[in-house]
Amino acid sequence: MLDRTHRFRRAGAAAAVAIAAVTLASCGDSTGPNNKQNALRPQGTYARTILHLTLPFFWIAVVIGLGVIGGTIFVALRFREKPGEERAVTQVHGNTVLEISWTIIPAVILAVMAVPTVATIFSLAKKPTGPNVVHVTVTARQWWWEFHYDDPGNGIETANELHIPVGVPISLTLETPKCSPAPCYLDGVNHSFWIPELNGKKDVIPGREQFLKLEADKAGTYLGQCAEYCGLSHANMRMRVVAETPSDYAAWVASQLKPVATEDALKAGVDNTTWACASCHSFKVGVAGVVAPNLTHLADRTAFAGDTYLMNYDNLWKWVYDAPSRKPMGNLSQHMPNFSAAGMTQAEAQKIACFLLTNTATNPSSPPECVKS
Amino acid sequence: MTTVEDTTAIVQAPERRVRILERPQATTGKFSWVTTVDHKKIAIMYATLALFFFCVGGIEALFIRLQLAQPNGTILSAARYNEFFTMHGTTMVFLLGMPIAAAFGNYLVPLMIGARDVAFPRLNMLGFWVFAFGGFFLYSSFALGGAPNGGWFGYAPLTSTPLANGYLPGRGTDFWTVGLIMLGIGSVATAVNFLVTILNLRAPGMTMMRMPVFVWMMLVIAFLTLFAMPPVTAALIMVFMDRNFHTNFFNAAAGGDPLMYQNLFWIFGHPEVYILILPGMGIVSEILPVFSRKPLFGYRVVVMSGIAIGFLGWGVWAHHMFASGLGPIAVSAFGLSTMLIAIPTGVKIFNWLATVWGGAVRLRTPMLFALGFIAQFTIGGLSGVMHSIVPSDTQQTDTYFVVAHFHYVLFGGLVFAVFGGFYYWWPKVFGKMLNEKMGKLNFWLMVIGFNLTFFPMHFLGFEGQPRRTYTYPSGMGWDTLNLLATIGAFIIAMSVLVFLVNVIFTARRGEKVGHDPWDARTLEWSIPSPPPEYNFAVVPVVTSLDDYWHHKYTEDDEGRLVKLPTGGAGEEEELIPAGFDPHSIHMPSPSYWPLIFAMALPIMGYGFVFKNWYLLAVGVVIAFFGLNGWAIEPSTDPEPSGTEAH
Repeated sequence: MLDRTHRFRRAGAAAAVAIAAVTLASCGDSTGPNNKQNALRPQGTYARTILHLTLPFFWIAVVIGLGVIGGTIFVALRFREKPGEERAVTQVHGNTVLEISWTIIPAVILAVMAVPTVATIFSLAKKPTGPNVVHVTVTARQWWWEFHYDDPGNGIETANELHIPVGVPISLTLETPKCSPAPCYLDGVNHSFWIPELNGKKDVIPGREQFLKLEADKAGTYLGQCAEYCGLSHANMRMRVVAETPSDYAAWVASQLKPVATEDALKAGVDNTTWACASCHSFKVGVAGVVAPNLTHLADRTAFAGDTYLMNYDNLWKWVYDAPSRKPMGNLSQHMPNFSAAGMTQAEAQKIACFLLTNTATNPSSPPECVKS
Repeated sequence: MTTVEDTTAIVQAPERRVRILERPQATTGKFSWVTTVDHKKIAIMYATLALFFFCVGGIEALFIRLQLAQPNGTILSAARYNEFFTMHGTTMVFLLGMPIAAAFGNYLVPLMIGARDVAFPRLNMLGFWVFAFGGFFLYSSFALGGAPNGGWFGYAPLTSTPLANGYLPGRGTDFWTVGLIMLGIGSVATAVNFLVTILNLRAPGMTMMRMPVFVWMMLVIAFLTLFAMPPVTAALIMVFMDRNFHTNFFNAAAGGDPLMYQNLFWIFGHPEVYILILPGMGIVSEILPVFSRKPLFGYRVVVMSGIAIGFLGWGVWAHHMFASGLGPIAVSAFGLSTMLIAIPTGVKIFNWLATVWGGAVRLRTPMLFALGFIAQFTIGGLSGVMHSIVPSDTQQTDTYFVVAHFHYVLFGGLVFAVFGGFYYWWPKVFGKMLNEKMGKLNFWLMVIGFNLTFFPMHFLGFEGQPRRTYTYPSGMGWDTLNLLATIGAFIIAMSVLVFLVNVIFTARRGEKVGHDPWDARTLEWSIPSPPPEYNFAVVPVVTSLDDYWHHKYTEDDEGRLVKLPTGGAGEEEELIPAGFDPHSIHMPSPSYWPLIFAMALPIMGYGFVFKNWYLLAVGVVIAFFGLNGWAIEPSTDPEPSGTEAH
């Protein structure tokens, strides 16, 4: 009998150790994949503040969790009744001291947690000030991100790709499209702006101006995506932040403010009279499109269509040709239409793609397919 | 006849007016299930249908997992995926979680408090049929213009935008709003019924502090349901109005406020979480003492913790909205209240462990599920506390971390408790023991499958994978963990299959057992298995907590358990006193009327969804026909006169 008890005890201990080892191995040193969208790999002061606040409590939770799980396994095995055994169990109905202590101890732990939590809430809610702060208005659209730079002398209007200087706080104003002109009915839907390596997320809610700040330590690309369900293509509402050294950033700003081609040239190049691109898109620097991205510097961006397709000839002509087959649009009243259904040939789509790739890039490099034709 | 005419006239006159439908009498046979008002039969129907929807919601989950098993999945289209995750959540909350609580509550509350039925048997019947029709109404949307696709939380203005604007394709949202309002009617009816039953129908001596914890938890969730359904119903009506009649409740362009929807929804939504989990806590609190042969450690504290959770549950709703921009003061307050609710929850966990400590532990299937509940619910509770660290929550909310969190609470917690409850009370309900070997296989498959599915999701959330996305690109490093989760989901499906096989096997050749196979503590075990229609031949007089146990055992001077020589009812035939005539007990008679009223609701629902006012009018007429018949029908038919046979 004693043997059995020992065996169970040993089995219980072994199980507890194994679980602890597996847990530690899976979450100990590892911070997960370097996918540029990983909250465990913060690359800026705000995201790091959050992770540093989270980790101690995460480990407290791990210890308590392992304690309870281990305790559950322990009591189950330690007090297991052997077959045929009739144990005269002592009937314990409660113990006031014990019960008060396991009420108070968690309360104390939680009180300790509360202090840095509240402090961090207020520090993250504080708007950055100073001459260096970059102000950007983010408009969450169906299903892409519009960025408008608000600082004097910088009226850049772009989409899905936010360029920021490193080491400087970026103050974002998050909003949904304003309902204008009439007759329109609604101001869009809820979204959530999230760049995990730079800060937590903030919802974008119609009728509100929400605040969020970002800051990146070093140059690099940080990915993010919409985190509040916003309909059919919620999964295809991605974006990227490109953090650059101050000089690179200044150069980027200068390049974006200078048109590559004139508005008229761009409109002619995309055959605006036939396809009416300008009724949704904008071909003028610093001016937002009615419902679609500004295309003046389209080819400067890494990707398009809510950052879901890399900017290249193949992706772009197929998008121009039949966008809804590349990104579900459902019966959204305003979206990039299926131009092939309106009579556009593949050759025409390819021509428009070539035109855009060579005439909206600061440093154009004609794709081989375009040179050939 | 002439001498008693004055008194009988009152009862019989309306009887003559509603002759269209002769009152059903049968309490046995297949058809009796349709008209039954017996709380036990209603409970079995609740459980069967809830289990059916559990399987349907589970199949949706399997498709979701197949789609996400690898990047750029092509199993489901975006539109179908959005329908499936919406219906998975809606199903598991409204068609599994709430009805399964009604199932256990219906079966057990009267038995545990020594009552012969619930307070309002026909209202009880209505609750079930509203659930049944409401569930099938919701699912009929798949064939009638698209299933709900706005998420189980249905945030406006995505859901409230008129169909023509095209934010959400299909009629699904209309089915969703109307369906949930319909199900809410059933939930409130059931809640009122439980409240009155628990407060008024307790056996002599069954004081509040002698009630089993499960009954206490049902009382708490009855209050929560009663007060939680109105705000969400208001919100759903507003969504329906915005969508169909161009009102502007949530239209920011016209001065409406989308954030108001979130507040209204979560003022319902968070108490709803406790509505789902508290019955599970009640079930576990019943199982642990029986299989440890010890009383529940700190009964009063466990009860008070449940009540405290019920109260505090009203003050934490905005922790679902920490990224909504409520401002630092509001989120601090809700962060603190969320931390606070962890305290009574923790107390329960420690009291459960202390219950098992020092006991004579029998690791039978119900006990395994109860222990699984403790371990897994604790993980869900701790990840919940992490959400109260508001800045941390802004990284976790709307990611797979949250998916992991609430599945640890609602699957690792509630579903494990429910399965434990099935294995524990099965012999009471059907007089046969579920097979133990299959039960253990069921348990271990479920533990492995569940943890394999949901544990990796904690990491996926930290690593940036958002919820409710039908696809993710390759190269994000999420592939392996997603594949593991998918494999786990199929192991869960296998465990559920084992359970279903066990049920069929047990029905065919399960081991017949007596009235008290577990040597249990509460009143339901003092009567035959399955219990007769009238439950108790003689209404028990209760003298203590765990009254039945104290008929079997006492304690010696050192508090050790001692079996009483003549304790409890020994032989099965002794359970019903000699000379007892079942016909001396007046049980409520079956009825058609609640069924007819319930049937009117989906008809009215289709009228609303398709804006077909004729259909709506037909539904209204049927509803009034049902209500009228119900109102003038006596709850119990007068004993048939001597000329009619029993």
